[in-house]
Amino acid sequence: MLFALLSASAIFSAIQAIRSKRLIEAAIYLAGVSTMVALIFYLLGAHEVAVIELSVGAGLVTVLFVFAISLAGDEPISFLPNFPKPLAFIFALIPVTIIGLQLFSLTGVSMPFIESSFNEILWQERGPDVLVQVVLIFCGVLGMLGILSTTDVSTKKKSGLPIANPPNSAKSIDHIEAKENQ
Amino acid sequence: MNPSSINILAACVLALFGVAIYGLLVTRNLIKIMIVLQILVKAAVLGLVVAGKMNGQINLSQSIAVTVIVADTVVVIVGLALAIQARQVIGTLDADALSKFRED
Repeated sequence: MLFALLSASAIFSAIQAIRSKRLIEAAIYLAGVSTMVALIFYLLGAHEVAVIELSVGAGLVTVLFVFAISLAGDEPISFLPNFPKPLAFIFALIPVTIIGLQLFSLTGVSMPFIESSFNEILWQERGPDVLVQVVLIFCGVLGMLGILSTTDVSTKKKSGLPIANPPNSAKSIDHIEAKENQ
Repeated sequence: MNPSSINILAACVLALFGVAIYGLLVTRNLIKIMIVLQILVKAAVLGLVVAGKMNGQINLSQSIAVTVIVADTVVVIVGLALAIQARQVIGTLDADALSKFRED
């Protein structure tokens, strides 16, 4: 019963995230999906992933979305979809049906060996995964620099200086700095 | 854990997956696309953990799920950086405007 309630809440939040016209509402509904999924993880006994999902999925990612929306502007979404909605619904239904037929025909298989603890699996048996995570986090830091580099230009735009070139190009920043020095 | 709970969670995974696929098809806003992609990855991670619970290998599925969450977060960061850059260069968050911008 609890699983059904949490699942229904997650699906409702996901639908609202797609239906909402404002980006900030969609980001908040996404945080709701993350929270419900984290609660399901906790009830399943996956405590470590529940904590990570709650802190990263509902915390860090939501903050990133709010920051990005505040930079890009929360204008109401008025683009018409490329796909007609009934056709998109049919296209979404096809993979769901195929996966569902395979999923519900599966039965649980109990493995004969005793499973190691989470720490042993993460740090010893799946060590290369941790290395990949370190590389990915480094890429994420570079991506954050990509986001933060735009704030520098926007503050310069607010100061009233004209920007002739595209605002994010290095040439335009040099041009602004040369004017400021004069 | 009784089989009905597993069925409910499998149905939840499928529903989240379907909602996300539908959203990807009808969305053109770059930031909204990243939000929909997050829902898709959450369905995948939930499916991983449920499968681990079914097989009695919850710790192995947790280890893989952590890797997926980290990769997903980096994808969001890079995608948002691209969206903001596109917004500043083109002036819109419309994904179709990117292809038109390339033609110009």
